[in-house]
Amino acid sequence: MIRTLASALALYSIWLLLSGMFVPFLLAAGFCCAIAIKLFSRRLNAIAEETEVLELNWVKLVAYYPWLIKETVLAAWDVSKRILNPRLPISPALVEFAPSQKTDLGLVIHANSITLTPGTISVEVEHGRFLVHALTEEGALSLAGSEMDRRCAELEVV
Amino acid sequence: MDILTALFMVTGCLAMLIAAIGIVRMPDLFTRMHAASKVGTVGVSCVVLAAATHFAELSVVAPVLLTIVFFLATAPVAAHMVGRAAYGTGVRMWEGTVIDEWKRRSGNPPVKPPEP
Repeated sequence: MIRTLASALALYSIWLLLSGMFVPFLLAAGFCCAIAIKLFSRRLNAIAEETEVLELNWVKLVAYYPWLIKETVLAAWDVSKRILNPRLPISPALVEFAPSQKTDLGLVIHANSITLTPGTISVEVEHGRFLVHALTEEGALSLAGSEMDRRCAELEVV
Repeated sequence: MDILTALFMVTGCLAMLIAAIGIVRMPDLFTRMHAASKVGTVGVSCVVLAAATHFAELSVVAPVLLTIVFFLATAPVAAHMVGRAAYGTGVRMWEGTVIDEWKRRSGNPPVKPPEP
């Protein structure tokens, strides 16, 4: 119940940020929308398992995203060079490896980061194994035990 | 500030152009997705950041940052599902693909491996 209220409040603050107009009608409409969304998602059972939501190392998470953005930009640069290279130097590979995260949230963040980084897409995600398609063989083979894997595992609170 | 705006704008548009060229040049669905979803991420982020630096006021910057956050959180999910559906239904991979670990191991995959 507390979590439901907290996320309804979070939704409401996003509404306020995006609207930027503090007219009584809009404030009330936003409030009703936030409540309605929570009720609908409860009916959809989407928030049934929200026990994990806050169990993250938030300090490390704040440090993680700038690092991820840096990695994304570097990888995007690499992919761009390969696209524009007349010889098209790609060696696509589909590999399976074992991520070291234990919690669902950690696995999701890791898989999300893999897909976000240019040159790699997570195709199948399960506990203990990821199937990843990579644009280059080197990219595919460097996935297991990578720095991203380590950093995502550090985000978890076990 | 104008220089920063121009820089973001040009970088973003170049990234999108390269993504488009990549979609044309890549040989199969998976490699095309690498070009599209990835360089596109950088492209969209740069273009909306250009809007933020141009207007430089809270009512624009806040939505821009939220746009980037939601884009980073949701774009990979869509890309993952497209790739998963393609692999599951056996979309043919480029013959230059060097490793396909699930095709080699029989009995392992819960999904049907692509036809040789």
